[in-house]
Amino acid sequence: MTSNGVPGTKASPFGLLSAFKGRNDASIKGQYRTYLFNKFLFMLSCGALVVVISGVSATLGSYDLRFLEVYQIIFDHLLKWSEPETVKVFVVWQLRLPRIIMGVVAGFGLAIAGTAMQGIMKNPLADPYTTGISAGAGFGAAIAIILNFGVVVGQYAIIINAFLFSLIPTFIIVSLTRFRRPTPSMMVLAGIATMYIFTAMTSLFMISADPNSVQAVYVWTVGTLDKASWTSIPIVFAIVVLGSVYLQVMAKNLNVMGMGDAGAKSLGVNVERTRVLILAVISLMTAAIVSFTGVIGFIGLVSPHVVRIFLGSDNKYLLPASGLFGAALLLGADAVARTIIAPTILPVGIITAFIGGPLFLYLIMRREKEVW
Amino acid sequence: MRLKLKDVEFSYSSVKVLDDVCLDLDEPKFVCVLGPNGVGKSTLVHCINRILKPQKGVVLLDQANVQEMGLKEVARKVGYVPQASTDMFPLTVVDTVLMGRHPHSGWNTSERDLDIVTGILGLLGIDDLALRSFDELSAGQKQKVLIARGLAQEPQLLLLDEPTSNLDIRHQLEVMELLGDLVRSRDLMVVMVSHDLNITARYAHLVIMMKGGRIFAVGTPEQVFTEENIRSVYGVEAQVVTTGAKPYVVPLAACKAPMAGEGSDLVRVEGMAPVGHAEPALPSDMSP
Repeated sequence: MTSNGVPGTKASPFGLLSAFKGRNDASIKGQYRTYLFNKFLFMLSCGALVVVISGVSATLGSYDLRFLEVYQIIFDHLLKWSEPETVKVFVVWQLRLPRIIMGVVAGFGLAIAGTAMQGIMKNPLADPYTTGISAGAGFGAAIAIILNFGVVVGQYAIIINAFLFSLIPTFIIVSLTRFRRPTPSMMVLAGIATMYIFTAMTSLFMISADPNSVQAVYVWTVGTLDKASWTSIPIVFAIVVLGSVYLQVMAKNLNVMGMGDAGAKSLGVNVERTRVLILAVISLMTAAIVSFTGVIGFIGLVSPHVVRIFLGSDNKYLLPASGLFGAALLLGADAVARTIIAPTILPVGIITAFIGGPLFLYLIMRREKEVW
Repeated sequence: MRLKLKDVEFSYSSVKVLDDVCLDLDEPKFVCVLGPNGVGKSTLVHCINRILKPQKGVVLLDQANVQEMGLKEVARKVGYVPQASTDMFPLTVVDTVLMGRHPHSGWNTSERDLDIVTGILGLLGIDDLALRSFDELSAGQKQKVLIARGLAQEPQLLLLDEPTSNLDIRHQLEVMELLGDLVRSRDLMVVMVSHDLNITARYAHLVIMMKGGRIFAVGTPEQVFTEENIRSVYGVEAQVVTTGAKPYVVPLAACKAPMAGEGSDLVRVEGMAPVGHAEPALPSDMSP
């Protein structure tokens, strides 16, 4: 937010000032602050939504827990480490919480990555999934897991390998933008082609590694939170947080790049370098998430579009808000996936595809009217 | 602000777009660059604010070579107003104009930035649009917003790429008058790419007419807008009449004869001293 305290309300220094001066000039500022304040409120509500859905999600499952009980158990456990080993604590802490935290981190990371990607590419169809970055990372992670890199060098190796392979689609994107001036649809077609190739290779690799693993392959290529555990959370969390901070710092540059390359350069942004750096960060975040969840689609596509309706396109506010919204969305989708045909737990990617697919279609159909 | 171009040459892959362009402007003036499509006007502008890097020659802003300055440093001195386009993800007018502060400010939007922006919105008389979304505006309003953003850069030199191209006559005049006022009141040098000869003739102090990537003629509108120049640059038969002490170009017909090979008949005019096309267009110019 802006520097001087809570902006926007009538009592703010600016409201008073404008009342004294009675000038149009100051009242624009007052209005602008109200407008920023509303964005801030929206972000707060998204945050609250994440907390609430987390609680609801923790009550779901065969062991019965009440909504408030969940928070109480979490607080108790956080405050006194000598926990009474009750079943309740075990269920919350070991079974449900890792899944929820992974859901929040993954949803937040994918949504922020998608938002940044749409911004730098001026492309409403772009996100790590539709551009093939997720599929590339998924393939890299699958190789590392099957060849047991993880056992030898630890889980970092999985992420590093996923990152290396996610750079292939990224490289395709960068070269396309540099040499071909692609339309948004062309970019996404290239991304989907890349995605098919990597998905096919992943399936092939996994099936040939273990003839019985067809289902595992399927779950992996659709994306699931089933494999979340306390051991994988810290590294994913760290990468997502650092990546998000970087993207937030670059938010203004993202806005400026929305004007097109020439316009952005004329405002002092080194367009080529910024684009490559941001794509690299997006790839890293995606790689970290995909390494432990598989390829979850559409969160990065849907979240920014929904949040833009309420917040507008200013990336400074859009990025964090759509991150929070993405976290809520993924958690919600996972809650549905766990309950809709319980006790069978669906991969969450199926639910996100049900939400994202129609939106994707809608965006493509609406195309006729737009420039792209 | 002194703007100087020396032997600037620019090619897109193998097509030479700018050839040996020299120019020296040293006081606030309203300068218009004219010429047929594809003649290198926009390229020239892009070479001035470092969007493009000329293969040969230098662009100097107050003695400093633009290519040796940082992008942000250039952006603090040279404002740029692109052609109004549809933004994929439109911002509000305030946020759009605030982008002009980017070269001056860091991550945060300061009080000063907001002051400057509201001041400029007031100056252009568009404060009522402040919180509207950019894509809801009419073409004329959009153009004003983009000019506001250029001004928010607090430049000494403002470059505009066909700012009046899709505006109605009233908005065209408003924009031109606004630019004229800015030149007078803010010590701003304005270099504008334009297609409209008559509007340009009414407001420009200096006209640069380009042909085939070179500067064909430089001077006041009266000196540059002659029937011969228009024939050899645009391939158009026109009658130039004088109304209100300004030349007015009445186009009559496109020339029947094909235009002579580009660059064959160029007269390079150096310096900003108002020099018309040194010789009348050569008769050979018109023959096949």
